[in-house]
Amino acid sequence: MTPLRHTWQVALRYIRALLRQPAWVGISLTQPVIWLLLFGALFKRTAEIPGFSGDSYIEFLAPGVVVMLSLSSAWIGMGFIEDINRGTMDRLLVSPIWRGALNLGSVAQSVLSLAAQSLIVIGLSLADGAHFHNGIIGVAILIGVAALLGAVFASVSNGIAVMTRQRETLIGIVTMVTLPLTFLSTALMQESLLPGWVRWAAKFNPVNWAAEAGRSATGADVDWGLIATRTGFLALLLLASAAFATRAFNAYQRSA
Amino acid sequence: MHSIEASNLRKTYPGGVRALDGLSFAVQAGAIFGLLGPNGAGKSTTVKILTTLSRADRGEARVGGLDVREAEHVRRLIGVVGQRPGLDPDATGRENLEMQAEIYGLVGRARRERVEELLDRLGLAHAAGRLAKTYSGGMQRRLDIALGLVHRPKVLFLDEPTTGLDPEVRVELWREIERLAGEEEMTILLTTHYLEEADRLASRLAIVDRGRVVAEGSPDELKRELRGDTIQVELVESANGDATAALSGVSGVSEVAVAGRLLRARVADGAAVIPLVITALERGGLPVASATIARPSLDDVYLRHAGRSFQQADTDTKEVAA
Repeated sequence: MTPLRHTWQVALRYIRALLRQPAWVGISLTQPVIWLLLFGALFKRTAEIPGFSGDSYIEFLAPGVVVMLSLSSAWIGMGFIEDINRGTMDRLLVSPIWRGALNLGSVAQSVLSLAAQSLIVIGLSLADGAHFHNGIIGVAILIGVAALLGAVFASVSNGIAVMTRQRETLIGIVTMVTLPLTFLSTALMQESLLPGWVRWAAKFNPVNWAAEAGRSATGADVDWGLIATRTGFLALLLLASAAFATRAFNAYQRSA
Repeated sequence: MHSIEASNLRKTYPGGVRALDGLSFAVQAGAIFGLLGPNGAGKSTTVKILTTLSRADRGEARVGGLDVREAEHVRRLIGVVGQRPGLDPDATGRENLEMQAEIYGLVGRARRERVEELLDRLGLAHAAGRLAKTYSGGMQRRLDIALGLVHRPKVLFLDEPTTGLDPEVRVELWREIERLAGEEEMTILLTTHYLEEADRLASRLAIVDRGRVVAEGSPDELKRELRGDTIQVELVESANGDATAALSGVSGVSEVAVAGRLLRARVADGAAVIPLVITALERGGLPVASATIARPSLDDVYLRHAGRSFQQADTDTKEVAA
């Protein structure tokens, strides 16, 4: 009860602050549109490559873009660093607030933004003629795995923010990590068309887990076993990363 | 009963900077206690340890009778107004207070009433619906204080509450703090590097220098320890060695220091000695333009216990930091 209330208070604080920035709202609602149109145009002819299965690239791409969007959660730690540089984080840390709420509240905010962006991608793809098989359930699973992935990235980002307290460090890590993770996956390219070593690396890539599960859930032949294992991996990873983000405050206390 | 007890606190930061070097003090319940010292003396580190933000390497700290390592319990007892603003600039004053109230378990009507009461008491009611980032420095500080008071803490920590504020705002805030201390039954630990602030607000204080307490007592006790007064004489013409010689025959005068036309000396009883000083100087051919008696200030107390003047200590630490 108390953990839930505290988490909601933290989430509410971040959500309110974001909604008060019309520029942010505008940009984050436009970003998925640009991605979908840009990648859709850039890779349109991929569907013509021998070995590509499926009707259109956009139908293949849409779940990939939803998953890619969740990588923007990796930036969420910037808010923590700002809170630390002001005294806001210290004010919260001397209060009896449940430590887990600090991370989970910020994660909740990023997941909500992500869900809104995902719905735009899905709506646009539908308008563009894509078919999502399995209706709402498939789409819900897609958004669910993307949210899990986003929550993992947000937690790791928050943990790093608390440990390093350095904007530059976080920017460096996020830029270094997110792009390779995107391309070492099936987010933009079908598995059968990936080079062997990329296919191998993708097995260990959480971005790929989400892409595989999301695509399977919205595709013609659903593989429930695959969805269950990938979702399970992501859930375990979320537990570990949320624990990391929360434990990071202990290290913060030691070095303060 | 003691609300705050720090005994023999030691803390060395990574990199070998020794912040606390056996610091001890105790605060009576209900008192306003001042920790006075220049920047870098260890005041903020002490507050961080007492408020569960940091841990001491050695020593013991208790707040409200509880060891600070029982952080969960201590956090319910304390209110903290930190040196850096703790408010959320992207929320309104009211939203800031509402979130704080929820954290401490105040919900529904109790929350609403407490928030409105505090907005009123700290003169923020007219700005309650505005984003905190649009507030003036003084208003932000008042909101920070309100945030620290939401749950009616037993012990309130004010870490450099008026640093960076305009002098008029500072005086206004002093009045506020005095009033709050009278109304709520709280123990207040105040850290400051303003001598006037400690003198005005604290009923007892500890002078901190280089991570230790070098003197402790009420401001008056500390000043009385110095015994006597300081007299300051302005001469018509500058006269260095001559003035010291002229005063050598006057009993009860010590520590004569002359700088140009200004002469300072310590005397046992200013009112009795000053006519004798003036006569002696005039007799020595040194006409006097004016003479004043000053009660010893905390500045003098600090000079005596830390072995350097307050301004000097402040500059020293800044140079070390730079």
